[in-house]
Amino acid sequence: MEIQSSSRWRIAGFGGQGVILSGMILGRAVSIFENRHATMMQSFGPEARGGACSAQVTLSDEQILYPYVKKPDVLVAMSQQALGLYLPLLRPGGKLIYEEDLVDIGDQGDLPEGVTAYGVPATKIAEKLRRRIVLNIVMVGFFSAVAPVVSRESARKAVLYSVPKGTEALNGRAYDMGYKYGVDTYGGES
Amino acid sequence: MHSIKEAVLTGIHFIDGDVACAEGAIAAGCRFSAGYPITPSTEVVERLAVRFPMVGGMFVQMEDELASSIAIIGAAWGGVKAMTVSSGPGISLMQEHIGLAVITETPTVWINVQRCGPSTGLPTLPAQGDMMQAQWGSHGDYPTLALCPNSPQEAFDLTIRAFNLAERYRTPVLVLLDEAVGHMLEKVVIPDADDIEVDARRFTDKPPSEYKPYECSEGSMVPDLAPVGQGYYFHVTGLTHDERGYPIMTADTQVDMMHRLMNKIDLEDVTDVRESEVDDCEVLVVSYGITSRVAERAILDARRQGLRVGHLRLVTVWPFPEQIVRDRATQDSVQRVVVPEMNLGQMVREVERTVAGARPVRLVGHPGGAVHDPNVILEAILEETS
Repeated sequence: MEIQSSSRWRIAGFGGQGVILSGMILGRAVSIFENRHATMMQSFGPEARGGACSAQVTLSDEQILYPYVKKPDVLVAMSQQALGLYLPLLRPGGKLIYEEDLVDIGDQGDLPEGVTAYGVPATKIAEKLRRRIVLNIVMVGFFSAVAPVVSRESARKAVLYSVPKGTEALNGRAYDMGYKYGVDTYGGES
Repeated sequence: MHSIKEAVLTGIHFIDGDVACAEGAIAAGCRFSAGYPITPSTEVVERLAVRFPMVGGMFVQMEDELASSIAIIGAAWGGVKAMTVSSGPGISLMQEHIGLAVITETPTVWINVQRCGPSTGLPTLPAQGDMMQAQWGSHGDYPTLALCPNSPQEAFDLTIRAFNLAERYRTPVLVLLDEAVGHMLEKVVIPDADDIEVDARRFTDKPPSEYKPYECSEGSMVPDLAPVGQGYYFHVTGLTHDERGYPIMTADTQVDMMHRLMNKIDLEDVTDVRESEVDDCEVLVVSYGITSRVAERAILDARRQGLRVGHLRLVTVWPFPEQIVRDRATQDSVQRVVVPEMNLGQMVREVERTVAGARPVRLVGHPGGAVHDPNVILEAILEETS
């Protein structure tokens, strides 16, 4: 799949799932490792301390003047509540990326027109690595395969840059498994 | 002089405006901060609390805002560069000490990450409601220096500049962020320490027997400070004082002291206004902070529709850059002036006062809680005035 030059994302789930870190990895991949532009705004306040949690990430080749994402091109939903809140805002032609054991999207036919859905059993994949905590890194691997807005190399570098020292090998594997699942299931470059 | 290599995180980062502000302070040589953490400025002091021990600095979480603001004045007299960090409710409590820093000519930096007011308002959401408070919050006449970043990169750059101006003019300098800039993560490029210009503290070269704390050397309007622990004894007071620092309760002393305080800042040196396509514009947009960024979106859209729109972005908001605003707003091509701001009409009053009726001035206000929708600013730019 071709890498898009600009894209607006909403990544949403529960506090503690690594929603914010996934957004930061995306932002770092673009701004540090590709020297392009990215902004991230995060939900803040009571809702950021447990309960619903979300990040708005904008990526672009040019300076981003309006950093909020009202209508995302890509929605990453890691909870049912996130799907309910943000699916109606997804642009026609947008991509819905979801954790398929945490989110039930119902009938494909019920999705808004033009929306393509990409599901991944990220929790199960993380459990194969015996570390459920890397669920979000599996998600990052998966979404960088099915919604490529940065190169695989940049995304992987950003993962290793962002995780605690000593956990690079584990997180690198989590990234690769998520990426591979995306390619095997939905096609694209491996 | 330059920044210190070991203290500067040279490189490309993806950090928010609050963290960038803290890194700017450290790069500028700040080694003391006292504060009472408050949303949305908390990340600034959290960062300082982690980073200061690595560079020989100290952050103290105080019992309240009054203690914080007086502690940084003490620290500055003790010889270090110091700042405090807060948001509207806390900045309101600090006003008394901003005035004290002005009259005692204490170089200090005051960070205000603006949220919605009045009172505790909306803690987690942005506003630009403290713009007039920045100039008029403490009692009496005084010059204010205030800078307004519109990105995390500028939060870094302008915090350094704030420290430099504070040293150069021996005065408190305010940096007015807002929640959007404070909590927005974006690329911040931190240069090599050698490429960061830092104004060192200027100490007197006179011996203690000849030193007067408020006496200016020839050709300067800013007195030199004295190093601590080397036998300089003098008086520091919030009362009107003479060159020796002693209270003198007369109108003449007040006139002399105020004349110097009000005129010591070199407007040309401190003014920073960014102009974009202003030369033959029909509509002039005057903005600052996060709103200037959103306004730029509207301006680009309006230009695409064929309208000639110029943009004056105020990076230095106080002292208000009267001359530039007047010259640009009243040039022949300009038909009207549009002022978007995230309050219900503050800096627009300065624009109106400066333009003095020569052109219609249109406020695009927003009470805060969210930045403007760029389309609202676009409509105001396109709207013909009758």
